[in-house]
Amino acid sequence: MSTATLAAARPGTTPIEAVAPDPAPPTHAPAAARHPDEIYAPDVVRVLREDGTLDPATDPGLSLDEVLALYRGMVRVRMLDKRLETLQRQGRIGFHIGSLGEEATILGSAAALRSSDWIFPCYREFGAALWRGMSLQRYLDNMFGNANDLAKGRQMPDHYGSRAAKFGSVSSPIGTQITQAVGFAWAAKLRKDDVVALSYFGEGATSSNEFHNGLNFAGVFKIPVVLLCRNNGWAISVPSERQTASPGFAAKGVAYGVPGVRCDGNDLFAVVKATRDAVERAARGEGATLVECMTYRLSGHSTSDDPKAYRPDAGLEPWRRKDPLARLRHHLDVRRVWSDAEQKALEAEVEAELRGVVAEAEKTPPPSLDSMFDDVFAELPWHLAEQRAELRKGPRAKAHGH
Amino acid sequence: MPQMNMVQAINDALRFEMRRDDRVIVLGEDVGKVGGVFRVTQGLFDEFGDDRVIDTPLSEGGIIGTAIGMALYGLVPVPEIQFADFIFPAYDQIVSELAKYRYRSGGEYPCKLVIRTPVGGGIRGGHYHSQSPEAQFIHVAGLKVVCPSNPADAKGLLLASIRDPDPVLFFEPKRIYRAAKGEVPEGDHVVPLSKAAIVRPGEHVTIVTYGAMLYEALDASNHAASQGIDCEVIDLRTLWPLDIDTVIASVKKTGRVVVVHEAPKSCGLGGEIVALINEKAFLHLEAPPARVTGWDTPFPYTLENEYLPLSHRILPAIVETARY
Ligand SMILES: Cc1ncc(C[n+]2csc(CCOP(=O)(O)OP(=O)(O)O)c2C)c(N)n1
Repeated sequence: MSTATLAAARPGTTPIEAVAPDPAPPTHAPAAARHPDEIYAPDVVRVLREDGTLDPATDPGLSLDEVLALYRGMVRVRMLDKRLETLQRQGRIGFHIGSLGEEATILGSAAALRSSDWIFPCYREFGAALWRGMSLQRYLDNMFGNANDLAKGRQMPDHYGSRAAKFGSVSSPIGTQITQAVGFAWAAKLRKDDVVALSYFGEGATSSNEFHNGLNFAGVFKIPVVLLCRNNGWAISVPSERQTASPGFAAKGVAYGVPGVRCDGNDLFAVVKATRDAVERAARGEGATLVECMTYRLSGHSTSDDPKAYRPDAGLEPWRRKDPLARLRHHLDVRRVWSDAEQKALEAEVEAELRGVVAEAEKTPPPSLDSMFDDVFAELPWHLAEQRAELRKGPRAKAHGH
Repeated sequence: MPQMNMVQAINDALRFEMRRDDRVIVLGEDVGKVGGVFRVTQGLFDEFGDDRVIDTPLSEGGIIGTAIGMALYGLVPVPEIQFADFIFPAYDQIVSELAKYRYRSGGEYPCKLVIRTPVGGGIRGGHYHSQSPEAQFIHVAGLKVVCPSNPADAKGLLLASIRDPDPVLFFEPKRIYRAAKGEVPEGDHVVPLSKAAIVRPGEHVTIVTYGAMLYEALDASNHAASQGIDCEVIDLRTLWPLDIDTVIASVKKTGRVVVVHEAPKSCGLGGEIVALINEKAFLHLEAPPARVTGWDTPFPYTLENEYLPLSHRILPAIVETARY
């Protein structure tokens, strides 16, 4: 082999999506993604009816202020998702993994927690982190990997954590947070503290080792934990039918002695109801609940994914009609508690907020060179001190854009 | 010969072998209809169907455990792990089972399969889409470990791996998946395992490397040449069992060596290579063997280019070693 044929490649840093796909049109029947009508099965918790009213039998009884706050929160999350996608397309951030279509599941479950409770997240729940009080600025700092990022620019975008918000540290490996949530809640139980932990995960994660370990430990030790499965229909390109042969994911709790509940994940009130019941059960000492929120990922898996390669856009129509935000807005309209003027004002407010935090995050410098060696251990050992000195005295890499 | 990138060459190898041998099957997350998140298995589902190109549930332990069972039955599975960073749920199956089957059964149950997985940094993937865990598999007796640097080798080494009687971890450097292009022989093309390539012959300093860092080493060598230092660059291609003869012959010629890999330094493959050189060529050394590697930190996001042992860090090591 000659050097000539190898003259190829010293790529600069290439964003994930540039390395990945040439989109290819699907050449075969699309996967039979779950149909939204499944939510009409009798066991599924539903509250918000087609006509925009609430079913009194299941209504969790949120106050108007609470409903409006959640609506505002969901609008903010959707606008943020859109902005982050744009920033990614413009090359200003490297990646985003969004929650389009899953806003009710994410905000409703977060809102059902008490302030003493904790979240062990997957990677798609920034809406829950913001709801719990993580500042939008810190979230954007993570998206830009800058010096103010709580994770010190060490993790990729959408991988953050906030102790103040009682929101655990996001990592990519699927399922790992499930057993950790169980252990956290177990510790609280051993200490007789009134704390419930909630773990988020996708339905793909129900195939992981940790889902089974988590349910089993939670069942055996009656742990005050809520295992919340966002069944959004897809694990990247793999449809939910490939993750289980059982009728739904909530059913998977049965064999572990953990009750499972399914709810309409695009119905904010149903999510609040199912999650709140589970939190109360846990707090009463009755143990864990597996909550399946039946929702749908309307976007690609992340900005690195082109969903057209495996699911035709047309198939999304029935799910678009179940858009959780539109359904909630319809409810507000029926109650005559929200106007177009208020909507406009809200959007302008969020827009101004976003403009400010993006500008701030973008102009914040990257983390210092030295910071790379901090926090590997509590104290810097000799070998890292040597390596840090070597890096300092050596030549610098080409500047690394955000 | 057709021009291909790494993705196309690996795809070509899989397709060729699946046509030739109907025992070969591919399984993993997203490998089927969509053809893998990097599109390495693109089109295989359409040609070979869902009995041979299988989208599995999301469980690496499940993928490798069932692949072992299939191999014991007589199939030749080529499972994909979506990123090497996600191989650890399968570590027990790989380390405790796959690596030991032949030995622990006295040869009664040889078990071979090829695990393909993208490896390394350079795509702004942070901790969990960038790591280089090769040493963690080399340290386990019974596994062969391969890492190609160019399309022709990728095809030839993958075909050799699939036909090898032992289990192979086939690490694909994702940084150069599309950037490394070259001519790839059509049809059957085997590059034997455990044979390194001397990519750039030279007299003064030996550089031992592999995967995506080869291009960084070549770039640094070009800069060194302008300072009158003539580097010999060795691409290991097979990381274990490595081609000791080629490495030692080169070091005996140059007396100076720099090992480059992006995996962390401590207990990395570089440490083993330096130890072997000390054992087998100590009296030929004119300078202490040097290592240029990733730091002993988790793989960072924003400071990725300060973490990786890119050309700008390799060059000073070459110069220092040459002038020692
Ligand atoms: C252990 C592990 N294997 C593979 C991956 C790659 N991966 C990232 S997300 C994903 C799909 C996850 O699907 P699901 O659990 O349903 O969650 P969703 O993304 O749909 O919210 C995969 C396979 C990973 N992050 N971790």
